[in-house]
Amino acid sequence: MAQALVKPKIPVEKQVLMTVNGNEAVAYAVKQSLVDVVAAYPITPQTIIVEKFSEFVANGEVDTVFVPVESEHSAMSACVGAAAAGARVFTATSSQGLALMVEILYIASALRLPIVMAVANRALSAPINIHNDHSDAYLMRDAGWIQLFAENVQEAYDTTIQAFKIAEDERVLLPVAVNLDGFFLSHTLENIYMLPDESVREFLGGYRRVSKVKVDYFDEEVPLALNPARPLSFGNLDLYDYYFEHKVQQVEAMKSVPEVVREVNEEWFKLTGRRYGDGIMDGYGIEDADIILLAMGSGAGTMRSVVRKLRREGLRVGLLKLRMFRPFPFKDIADKLKNAKLVAVMEKGISPGSYGPLFLEVNTALYELKERPLLVNYIYGLGGRDLVPDMVENMVKGLFKELETGLVQPRLRYLGVRE
Amino acid sequence: MAVAKKVIHPLDKYLRSDRLPHIWCPGCGIGIALAAMLRGIDRRIREGKLDRNKLVFVTGIGCSARVSFYVDFDSAHTLHGRAIPFATGVKLANPSLEVIVVGGDGDIAGIGGNHLLHAARRNMDLFVVMITNFVYAMTGGQLAPTTPLRVYTTTTPYGNPEPPLNVIKLVASLNANYVARASVTTPHYIESFTYKALGMKGFRFLEVVSTCPEVYGRHIGLRNPVAMLEELKKRVIYKAHPVVDESDIDWDKGIVIGEYVVRNNPSYLDLIKRG
Repeated sequence: MAQALVKPKIPVEKQVLMTVNGNEAVAYAVKQSLVDVVAAYPITPQTIIVEKFSEFVANGEVDTVFVPVESEHSAMSACVGAAAAGARVFTATSSQGLALMVEILYIASALRLPIVMAVANRALSAPINIHNDHSDAYLMRDAGWIQLFAENVQEAYDTTIQAFKIAEDERVLLPVAVNLDGFFLSHTLENIYMLPDESVREFLGGYRRVSKVKVDYFDEEVPLALNPARPLSFGNLDLYDYYFEHKVQQVEAMKSVPEVVREVNEEWFKLTGRRYGDGIMDGYGIEDADIILLAMGSGAGTMRSVVRKLRREGLRVGLLKLRMFRPFPFKDIADKLKNAKLVAVMEKGISPGSYGPLFLEVNTALYELKERPLLVNYIYGLGGRDLVPDMVENMVKGLFKELETGLVQPRLRYLGVRE
Repeated sequence: MAVAKKVIHPLDKYLRSDRLPHIWCPGCGIGIALAAMLRGIDRRIREGKLDRNKLVFVTGIGCSARVSFYVDFDSAHTLHGRAIPFATGVKLANPSLEVIVVGGDGDIAGIGGNHLLHAARRNMDLFVVMITNFVYAMTGGQLAPTTPLRVYTTTTPYGNPEPPLNVIKLVASLNANYVARASVTTPHYIESFTYKALGMKGFRFLEVVSTCPEVYGRHIGLRNPVAMLEELKKRVIYKAHPVVDESDIDWDKGIVIGEYVVRNNPSYLDLIKRG
């Protein structure tokens, strides 16, 4: 989080300081974001988001229809229906729930519906585990959703509100998944600053405004939403005649996302005094670093504290926190990493038979460079295993030694696993 | 399997005692239901009608689904709602097995409702025990499809507006050979219905009305386990020949238990053997 040089529109003293956990922070953000429909199914560690939100619904604090559906498959289906009808829609899930949603995730993005979903990241079964890693987020990697990762509870709150703005931007019109680490963030209390309700309302421009499109059947542009008065259809059979073009359009829409994410990050900074790097990634000490750690989610916080300590000891190490995993910022990543001697991609997930999905992307990004840093992949924290600062410190010191010898092998490593 | 252990309790031989203590809250009805089921199973085993090495427990996700951790039979802990299709696969792959599915109301009738429906329609050779506690208890007490009207849950803090699902009526309307309901206040019926179901073919369904003082009881003012058990006991009405129309669970009018459907329709395995 950068310090504000200019006074933000809503200075800290006018923001509301609250002690909440990550789930409650998301629930408050959704409450302030004037959501029309929430459809969800309980699953640990997401449950508190929806529980808290159903309190707001029951108290009449929000004007939202809450549907306690019978499965996550139904939850995302209800979200797709509601978003197609023009509603601002939110849901939340984790792990197996996300796995059950997968079929509809692809439909949400292909129909260009700006749904926002919080994913309280949790390991996938089997064996069953309720604790944190990023295997569920990687599961939806190719579903066409924008994927943002929060490092702390404050960022989870900020990102949830920003997600609606990003999703509904006319240049984007894609669903957004806000990832917060299960238990590490979802159940951990933190003091955070919340905006007054009216500032969020103003930031989002009130309720969702459906963008207009030109279609063959109507003379003037019509809102892109289901309405029997001016019927449109969504997701109809589309074979080899048009399917390809529609898919390419969907892929093209992802291209505008980085620009919008940066703009929203800046706008948020002017409003609140908080920003997360350029919205896409946030570097710490990377300018002169020989070794850069690259991470997403709450682990970045632990790594930053270790990096700070090691830099004080004179080691040239840095941290690049990636906030946006989809679309993947290939060029920006290459620019940030190009001067390092070694990059350690730290991630909580792996594609068996390959590397971690983040590593593969970074590897691809660096290919464009003439001179590339060495690249290693550390898998850590699977199933909620703690990332201890000492562990990171020893890892970094070991990497410096390896750099001296010039032999950096193997590329795929595990951090904190019993042999 | 069947390793000689020092027996402290007559049912210990069916339990993985190294897995104990169990995760269920004090006052939970699942332990009563499990013990009663094991007594029914034990009777069949002692009669020689059931081989413990041919018994498989399949469960999904939820408090009740933890049963598969504690029984010393072959067991599988599968996905939320998917115990019935998993069990169907087990049975079809090896029809000599007796496959028992245990789950909660959210697991069996909520997220897995469609599987329940079609297994009953096929008269699939399974014994399904649904332990009803009226909420999603493991995740902290959210609205379930069986939650009675107007009851407070964590997702309906001002009372449930949705009418509940009567699972007995649903399964009875299909092709199931056996549909019964018991309560944790009447463990002898859980035992005898289990015993009976294990002597039959086709789809057999037993609903066990249970007590969950920790996450359900507190919403209806019965947080004390003994009080909740006693209040449930007052409402349970046993009928030797109940009719499906009186199967609605009504806290004011009473909860009718008994054997709703006993018939001998050809089971799925009978049907596929006939071709």
